[in-house]
Amino acid sequence: MLRSLLLAALLLLGSTSVIAADDEFRLVIENHRFTPEELTVPAGKKIKLVVENRDATPEEFESHSLNREKVIAGKSTATIFIGPLKAGKYPFVGEYNEATAKGVIVAR
Amino acid sequence: MFATAVIVFREVLEAALIIGILAAATRDVPERNRWLAAGIGAGLLGAGIVALGTGRIAELASGVGQELFNAAVLGIAVIMLAWHNLWMSSHGAALAADARKVGTAVRDGRRARSVLLVVVALAVLREGSETVLFLYGIAAAEGGGSLPMLAGGLAGIAGGVAVGWLLYAGLLRIPLRWFFTATGILVLFLAAGMASQAARFLIQADVLPSLATPLWDTSAWLPQTSVVGAVLHSLVGYEAQPSGMQIVFYVLVLGAIAMGMKWVNKNGAPSPRKGALS
Repeated sequence: MLRSLLLAALLLLGSTSVIAADDEFRLVIENHRFTPEELTVPAGKKIKLVVENRDATPEEFESHSLNREKVIAGKSTATIFIGPLKAGKYPFVGEYNEATAKGVIVAR
Repeated sequence: MFATAVIVFREVLEAALIIGILAAATRDVPERNRWLAAGIGAGLLGAGIVALGTGRIAELASGVGQELFNAAVLGIAVIMLAWHNLWMSSHGAALAADARKVGTAVRDGRRARSVLLVVVALAVLREGSETVLFLYGIAAAEGGGSLPMLAGGLAGIAGGVAVGWLLYAGLLRIPLRWFFTATGILVLFLAAGMASQAARFLIQADVLPSLATPLWDTSAWLPQTSVVGAVLHSLVGYEAQPSGMQIVFYVLVLGAIAMGMKWVNKNGAPSPRKGALS
């Protein structure tokens, strides 16, 4: 019993630590807007999202559907791990500039 | 201006509710107000430092420093709250019997005060640093036209503080017989909710697997962006789309503290053993 639990734990940990390079996606924040505003990613896979903030002011990447929030300082780059996602649309916003900073991640 | 007020309100609300509950739970601790003020002051100072160091913190641990920092802050708060509840369980019977005539161990309340200080400081630090960054962004970006926005920010802070105070005032109306049971249960759920948030940051940092994502989805009925959703999120850790791992953390912490409270209660009652947990 204990051994199978340990094995399961190891498998879970192992499955999370390996991320292939092709599962990395980039978003750029400039003038309080995301580029691209629609990002298509594969469903059922963990994804490394790299967000570059080119503005001088900080931004908070926030998505309730992705269950993620992260503050990104001005002129800096942040890494956010998301997924594995079911196929569907996952809107996100820059919380500090919600009027313009909006986008959606499409998993398919 | 209105949008600014809403965002700041959302950030302040969580800290204000935590402070409201803790201020009520420590109502009879001597010099409570001074310790409360010290906690808020330390938290604000920390918030400023964290806001300044956001870029630095984020770069640590290959880009997930912010997540690990948040998880650590939440983890410490969970431990302090658990400690508070265990301490209250061993002294709660005496407190409820007559709060004015408890032994020096309780009246002294040194432990209760340090818990109050640390948890309040951590709550203000976490929520405050985001508010500082947000207001800084406004001030930097808008130049001269930012005055109404800053007014909105102040309105948001005032609104959050008002809700926290309302909760505090409401809690004080609970009869003393049930009072410490009620605050104990609130603190218990507060701790479980923080554990779930800590798990979310560890998942975001790719330290923990998410298990099922999301385990359920109630965002159509009770979105977290609504006022009720936000209040429930702060009080009991409600999430519209939680991952399985968050629920594992939530249930484990809830169960562990509840069992600890029961155990201490059984072994500490009827006359609270002075120094049982000191």
